[in-house]
Amino acid sequence: MRVMAQMAMVMNLDKCIGCHTCSVTCKQAWTNRTGTEYVWFNNVETRPGQGYPRTYEDQERWQGGWTLNRRGRLTLRSGSRLRKLFTIFSNPKMPAIDDYYEPWTYDYETLTNAPLQEHTPVARPKSLISGDDMKIRWSANWDDDLAGAPELAPADPVLTAIRDKVSEKVRLEFEKTFMFYLPRICEHCLNPACAASCPSGAIYKRAEDGIVLVDQDRCRGWRMCVTGCPYKKVYFNHRTGKAEKCTFCFPRVEVGIPTVCSETCVGRLRYIGLVLYDADRVLAAASTKDDTDLYRAQREVFLDPHDPAVIGAAERAGIPRDWIDAAQRSPVWALINKFEVALPLHPEYRTMPMVWYIPPLSPVVDVVRETGEDAEAAGNLFGAIDALRIPVEYLAELFTAGDPAPVNAVLRRLAAMRSYMRDINLGREPDDSVPAAVGMDGETVHEMFRLLAIAKYDERYVIPAAHAEQAHALEELATECSLDYEGGPGMGGSGPFGESSGGVTPLAVENFHLLKERQTADDVTPLRSRVNLLNWDANGGTEGLFPARPAEGAADIDDPGAEAVPRPQGPTDAAGPTGAGR
Amino acid sequence: MTPRPIDIVLWVVIPYLCLAVFVLGHVWRYRYDKFGWTTRSSQMYERRLLRWGSPLFHFGILAVFFGHVMGLGVPKSWTEAVGMSEALYHFLAVTVGAVAGVCTVVGLAILIYRRRTVGPVFRATTRMDKTMYVFLSAVILLGLWNTVASNIFGHYDYRDGVSVWFRGIFRFDLHPELMTQAPLGFQIHAMLAMLLFALWPFTRLVHVFSAPIGYLWRPYVVYRSRESRIGSRAPQRGWERVGSGDRP
Ligand code: HEM
Ligand code: SF4
Ligand code: SF4
Repeated sequence: MRVMAQMAMVMNLDKCIGCHTCSVTCKQAWTNRTGTEYVWFNNVETRPGQGYPRTYEDQERWQGGWTLNRRGRLTLRSGSRLRKLFTIFSNPKMPAIDDYYEPWTYDYETLTNAPLQEHTPVARPKSLISGDDMKIRWSANWDDDLAGAPELAPADPVLTAIRDKVSEKVRLEFEKTFMFYLPRICEHCLNPACAASCPSGAIYKRAEDGIVLVDQDRCRGWRMCVTGCPYKKVYFNHRTGKAEKCTFCFPRVEVGIPTVCSETCVGRLRYIGLVLYDADRVLAAASTKDDTDLYRAQREVFLDPHDPAVIGAAERAGIPRDWIDAAQRSPVWALINKFEVALPLHPEYRTMPMVWYIPPLSPVVDVVRETGEDAEAAGNLFGAIDALRIPVEYLAELFTAGDPAPVNAVLRRLAAMRSYMRDINLGREPDDSVPAAVGMDGETVHEMFRLLAIAKYDERYVIPAAHAEQAHALEELATECSLDYEGGPGMGGSGPFGESSGGVTPLAVENFHLLKERQTADDVTPLRSRVNLLNWDANGGTEGLFPARPAEGAADIDDPGAEAVPRPQGPTDAAGPTGAGR
Repeated sequence: MTPRPIDIVLWVVIPYLCLAVFVLGHVWRYRYDKFGWTTRSSQMYERRLLRWGSPLFHFGILAVFFGHVMGLGVPKSWTEAVGMSEALYHFLAVTVGAVAGVCTVVGLAILIYRRRTVGPVFRATTRMDKTMYVFLSAVILLGLWNTVASNIFGHYDYRDGVSVWFRGIFRFDLHPELMTQAPLGFQIHAMLAMLLFALWPFTRLVHVFSAPIGYLWRPYVVYRSRESRIGSRAPQRGWERVGSGDRP
C-alpha cells in the first residue's frame, strides 16, 4: 500500500443555476491574458449540449484518454509513444481554434471617434486571432440554456450514445423537459492522460496533493497533451506556444483557502477536501476490463482515512498528521464513500478523474410537479425515477459509462432525503421506512442533509494548509510575479541592511492568511499586521501602509530573529517585496 | 599555397565566431529564457496546410541532416574501408539526397506560403522568424542547387574538399584553401550555413535541441515533489531558500 493524498472536489449539480460566476472569476484570476482569450479553465455547459470545445466527448474523433489494447493493457487512445513522436510535426487530433471559438473584442474606439453622421456608430466585433472584422458564430457557451437546441443538441455526443437505447420520440420530448448545467474544471486525474502524452515530461502530478500542473519552463510546445486530455482541459496558449491548464488555484489551496471558482460559487455547491488513495492500485483499477466497472474500481482505490492500518501507512508515507485529520473530515470522502451520492465524470476515459458530481434530481422533481402530483413524496419520486428512463440514461452516460444502476441509486437517495426532511420541516412524524428503502437510516440522512444543504464554509472546504515551514518554498513553485523582473517593483532583493532586512514573507501567503481570517471571522476586526495596498479593505486603520518614522523603522530593522515577521519597512527599503516602501 | 588573409577571415575566423555564438548562445538562451524555448506551434490557427507542410519539411530536413553527417563527418577512407565503392556511395547520396531535398523544399514552400497568407499565422510571425526563414531557405535552396549542379555540370567531389575543411574546424587542422578552391555555390552555401548557426540560438530553431527522445523511456506519469524542486528557474535574488547554500 502506497498512500497518497489527493485534493479533490465534488459539485452538487442540483444547485447550479448556470450563472457562470465561477467561470468569470476564474478567468479574471488566471486567463485574462493575450494568448488565452479563448481559454476557460472553468466552464459551465448546458446539458444536453455540445460542450466546450464542441463535442469534446466524442473520443472516436478526438482520441483523448486511455483505452485497453488487444492484450488488455492500458494505452493512450491516440496511440503509442512512438506513434506520437512520428506525428509530432503536425498533431492529427488537435482541436483548432474554431472548435473552441474565435475570441473577439469590439472596436469601441469608433464609438467616440466616428465623425458626425446620421446613424449611431456601432462597435464592430474584431477577431483577437486575426485582427480582422468577424462574424460571431460560436462561443464557450453558445448553446447556453438550450439555445438553438433543436439544431445543436443532436450533436451532443452523450445524446448520440443513448440514442440507440431510447427511442427517438422520447428523446425529443426529453429535450423539452430536461436540462441541467455542468460546471467543469480540470479533473486532476489520478492517472492523467495529459501528463502521459507530454513528450517532454513537463506536466507533472504533485506528490503531496495530486494537483496536476504544467511546468512552463519545461513545456516545449509539442501540444500532445491537448489531444491526450479527454476532457480537453489543457489549452494551448497561442501566444507563448505553451500549454496551460487549471491549477486548482494551488497558491490559495496551499494556504488553506478554496479555489476561486468554489469561493465565488453562487450556489455554494462545491466541496473541496482530501482523499487518500493507494497509488499502487491505480494502474490496475484504470485497466478494469468493463467500462461500467470503472466507477466501482475507482472507489476501491480510495482508502478509508479512519482505518488504523491506513493511518499508519499514511504516516509512514510522510503525510502530516493534520492532513490525515483533514482527510477524515473531508466532505469529498463523505459524499463519495459514506453517502455514496457523488459520481465521477466519464470514468470510461480511464484517467481516474478527481472532480466528482452529485447528479441533479431536479429534472425528475420538475416532471412530477408538472403532473400536479406531490413532488416531495417519496413514492412519487421513486416512481418517477424508475419511469423517466431518459434523464437517468443520460446521467448514466455522463457519470457511470452508461450503467443506470448507480445513478438510479443516487437519485433515490436524494429523493429519500428530500421527502424525509420535508416531513421533519413540517413538524410531521418522519417516516423511517423512506431512508430504509434506500439503505440508510434517519441519522445518516440528517447528516447528509446537513452537508448538502446547510454546511458552512469550513465544512464545505476542508483544506489543510501546506506546512508553514514549507510556505516560502511553495510560494515560488511555478508562480512568478509579473513584477519580478530585474529591478522591477516586485523584485525581491537584499535590503540595504543585509540579507534579511525588509519583510521576506511572501506577500501572497501573508495576504491570504489575513484575508482568510477576516472572511471567516464574525465581526470586522482591524487587520492585525502590516497593511498594504493589496490587503487593505477600508476597514480599520492603515498602520504600516506608510513608512514609519525613520527612527522607529531603523530600530525595527535591527530586531534579531525577525526573519518572517511582517513589520513596517524602513524608508530606505524601497526594493522590498511589497514595493510599498516609499 | 599560403592562404590570403581574406580566406582566413572567411573560412577560419567567421566559422569559429559563428560556432562560438551557436554554443554560447544556446547556453545563454537556456539559462535566461527557458520560457521562450518552444516550437511556438501555429497549429491552433491553421491545420490543413500544416498537415502536409510540416511533416514533409521535417522528415526531409532530418534526412538531409543525417546526409550531412555522412557526407561531412565521415571521411572517404572510412566508407572505402567498409567496402563501399565510390559509385555506390554516389548513387545513394544522389537518390536519397534528391528525395529528401525535394521533400524539404516542397515542405518549406508550403510552410512559407502558409506563414505569409494565413492571417493569424502571419500575425504571429516575429521578425526573428522572417530572418530565420530567409537564411534557412537560402541555405536549403543553394544546397539543393549544388547537388544538382555538381552532378550535371562538371564534377566536384565535396568529400575531398568542403568535408575536409569542415572536419578540420573541429580538429584544429585548418584548410581555408580547400574552400577557396570549391565552386562558388558551395562557398555561399557554407557561409550562409555558418551565419544560420549564429542565428540559431535566437530563433525558434532551438526546439531542435529539445527533440523529446526521452519520452520513449520515461514512465507515463511524472510525479514531482513540492520540496525537491522549488520552481524550475533559479530563485530571484533575495528569494533563495533558507539553507540553499549560496549565501555569503
Ligand atoms: C529534431 C526533431 C524536430 C522536432 C520534434 C520538431 C518539431 C517541430 C514542431 C512540433 C513544430 C511546430 C509545428 C506547428 O505546429 O506549427 C516545428 C516547427 C518548425 N520546425 Fe521543427 N522539429 C524538429 C527539427 C527541426 C529542424 C532540424 C529544423 C530546421 C533546421 C526545424 C525547423 C522548423 C521550423 C522552421 C518550424 C516552423 C514551421 C512554421 O512555419 O510554422 N525543425 N518543429
Ligand atoms: S482532466 Fe486534467 S489531469 Fe485529467 S487528463 Fe485532463 S488536464 Fe490532465
Ligand atoms: S458559480 Fe456556482 S452556481 Fe454559478 S455556474 Fe458556477 S457552479 Fe453553477
